[in-house]
Amino acid sequence: MAYSEKVLDHYNNPRNVGSLDKADPNVGTGMVGAPECGDVMKLQVKVNPETGVIEDAKFKTFGCGSAIASSSLATEMLKGKTVDEALAIKNTELVNELSLPPVKIHCSVLAEDAIKAAIADYKKKQSVATPAAAPTLA
Amino acid sequence: MKLPIYLDNHATTPMDPRVLQAMLPYFTERFGNAASRNHAFGWEAEEAVEKARGQIASLIGATAKEIIFTSGATESNNLALKGVAEMYAERGNHIITVATEHKAVLDTCKKLEKHGCKVTYLPVRPDGLVDLDQLRDAITDKTILVSVMYANNEIGVIQPIAEIGKLCKERGVLFHTDGVQAVGKIPVNVQRDNLDLMSLTAHKIYGPKGVGALYVRRRNPRVQLTAQIDGGGHERGMRSGTLNTPGIVGFGEACAICEKEMSEESARLRAMRDRLKETLERELDEVFINGSMDHRLPHNLNMSFAYVEGESLLMGINDIAVSSGSACTSATLEPSYVLKALGVGDDLAHTSIRFGIGRFNTDEEIDYVAHRMVEAVRKLRDLSPLYEMAKEGIDLSKVEWVAEAHH
Repeated sequence: MAYSEKVLDHYNNPRNVGSLDKADPNVGTGMVGAPECGDVMKLQVKVNPETGVIEDAKFKTFGCGSAIASSSLATEMLKGKTVDEALAIKNTELVNELSLPPVKIHCSVLAEDAIKAAIADYKKKQSVATPAAAPTLA
Repeated sequence: MKLPIYLDNHATTPMDPRVLQAMLPYFTERFGNAASRNHAFGWEAEEAVEKARGQIASLIGATAKEIIFTSGATESNNLALKGVAEMYAERGNHIITVATEHKAVLDTCKKLEKHGCKVTYLPVRPDGLVDLDQLRDAITDKTILVSVMYANNEIGVIQPIAEIGKLCKERGVLFHTDGVQAVGKIPVNVQRDNLDLMSLTAHKIYGPKGVGALYVRRRNPRVQLTAQIDGGGHERGMRSGTLNTPGIVGFGEACAICEKEMSEESARLRAMRDRLKETLERELDEVFINGSMDHRLPHNLNMSFAYVEGESLLMGINDIAVSSGSACTSATLEPSYVLKALGVGDDLAHTSIRFGIGRFNTDEEIDYVAHRMVEAVRKLRDLSPLYEMAKEGIDLSKVEWVAEAHH
């Protein structure tokens, strides 16, 4: 199978590879996929709690070139977005940007799942860490 | 050294220039139909075909009349299994084969099951070998055929063919083997191994594509087959169709070269394979050999590189042609069924790479491949969340993965 230039670029020069501190309350970690399925993505976001803006994003991926490219691109897209904007990212944006063929669409779905999982983890941590911020009935 | 490097010689082999030279006249000036009995053009083609038949027979210890030409080993496997099932239907309807066979055998067996045959698919041991006791126990009075491949195309494991042949002979059951990966690479002898039928192809032994053969024993016992392609009654009525003279000439020449050079060549390829294996094992941790090393083709290496997905690894070594057992590289999006049969987990099957070393590879190429592999695996492990977790001491088998069935 021939890969698009963009997939090759992300594969050869993956952006934002690495890990953030899982214990940091401002870091959300999403891990999706399974080794048996041939792809596992770990995606992390670091959010500024004051502004709700994602200041850093990192990934590590076990998977094919398209899975690596999808998660690499996802981290690029996440930086600078608010948490809510990040939740609005759709896998189709990754498909179009990377020109993924139909058999590789699941890679983009997995990346979207990873984003959602990372943000859900961040929100969960925030609600536990700052119980005072929980909505109260007037 | 020229790039890319071809190291996928179980898929196909480049043609030997000597084979091409032998074939060339039969495309143009010697174009006759080997079945034309009444002029020199036909005689010339027939003579060439008979010479090739002898060369092929000689390589496997058969007689020329026992070689039936086909379009390739897929057709030979179909002819052997369907031809026996149909011819011997009155004697029984049970066939025994093995889970790690090539699809040309497995899918043919599936088709036969739809037509009333019973098929036993024997499991293999973790080293890829068939258990002879299990085979013995599987034979019933309805068993007409046992089909076990000589050597596996993915893991290169060589089955105990002579023992199986002996067992089949004792029990009066016909024995077919898919000899595609073994013939020309290791000594194969239809008498020593008690083979009744064997599928062969030219393009795995530096011959042309589109030509193969089925060895069909003529004496003790005389094996009969129901033809699957009807027509002019060529090939003792077992396979009609005008013979592919240039292809057959090339096939014959390819066999003659193998017979002459096999012992030197297999020692040379084995040394290259061992050198590749040793380098990878020395430079990388958590690599695993799939299948027995003791019962293995000299030019095969199949290794899993834990925590690195196969397709991404192939991308990282894009100037080297090898194959992977990863789902992403297969048409079915399933990881290798051969590795699965060995009990290799899907997680490791996704990380497997098959190396097939061939006649034209050099030591320099092997060293380059080893270097590139080490580089790519290290790079991808830096990217792998699994490698990171394993290094942190997390038992990956105990992790609850959040996976959807996305295939």
